[in-house]
Amino acid sequence: MNLKRWLLTCVLLSSLAGAAHAAIDTYRFANDDLRERFHQLTQQLRCPKCQNQDIADSNAPIAADLRREIHRLLTEGKSDEQIIEFMVDRYGEFVRYRPALTARTGLLWFGPAALLVAGVGVIAVTVRRRRRQPATSPRDLDPGERARLADLLAQKPLDEDRP
Amino acid sequence: MKRWLLALPLGAFLIVAVLLYRGLHLDPAQLPSALIGKPFPAFSLADTQGGRTLTRADLLGKPALVNVWGTWCVACRVEHPLLNTLARQGVLIYGINYKDDNAAARRWLADYHNPYALDINDKDGTLGLDLGVYGAPETFLIDARGVIRHKWVGVIDQTVWREQLAPLYQALLDEARP
Repeated sequence: MNLKRWLLTCVLLSSLAGAAHAAIDTYRFANDDLRERFHQLTQQLRCPKCQNQDIADSNAPIAADLRREIHRLLTEGKSDEQIIEFMVDRYGEFVRYRPALTARTGLLWFGPAALLVAGVGVIAVTVRRRRRQPATSPRDLDPGERARLADLLAQKPLDEDRP
Repeated sequence: MKRWLLALPLGAFLIVAVLLYRGLHLDPAQLPSALIGKPFPAFSLADTQGGRTLTRADLLGKPALVNVWGTWCVACRVEHPLLNTLARQGVLIYGINYKDDNAAARRWLADYHNPYALDINDKDGTLGLDLGVYGAPETFLIDARGVIRHKWVGVIDQTVWREQLAPLYQALLDEARP
């Protein structure tokens, strides 16, 4: 009974997943390689209208147009670079989710790595500096302090003093 | 540890804060056009009013506004009266009827007046794609040689026209005069 219910849940869930993907896959491709490139390209390009979605995910009419255009260019035998260039020529660098490597985008590409290197550098310097300092041994107490310590140790715990 | 190193996190924070504060006032929907400085793309499309086929050559000779519109576009309706006014004042405006029903477009132009010297029927959106149009209304400023000089995304109202587009249009007119 329990197993049956579990199986039913699985079947229902998997049918949902199928429906979620079906909205996009309406194009026919000569081979699986083209289909794969279509998926990669549509996930790499940003929808100009709905800016936080790629054109594979977006339901905006412009995204549908761009998918159709990518399909057309693919069937015409254009390379991935040519297709991305086609889009950038019309919509600007903005449509790339992976910005091209230029002087303007250098910080974007290398900034995180540079920060990591700087961080490692700071840690290395700090560690080395600490190692160079001799470990400080605790200083001996002077007679006054010693007397006070003995006093404290001789005292009864506070709780027992209370009436 | 040197004293100035202690101020480093505060400095970094201030820089990031200034950048983020500036970012609050930027409109992410205003994309720079990739076509500024490039020639208006070639096309061969019908006139919305029927009749002859229009090409790029028809747009050359004078600076003009090229306005992308559609009857499905609510904001275009808002913008339309100002376009009529500008056309009456002698501003040359070409239209691109973008992904629209031709009959509806003709009715619109008959009902609300036609500000367009020429109106291109781009029913499949091919010219729109070449122009990097991603919505409507969008308006391009082209010079007499058909080079795209400026793009405005969204409704043109009095303020936009007076403060941004009119000076640019005037500059193009001056430039075209020998």
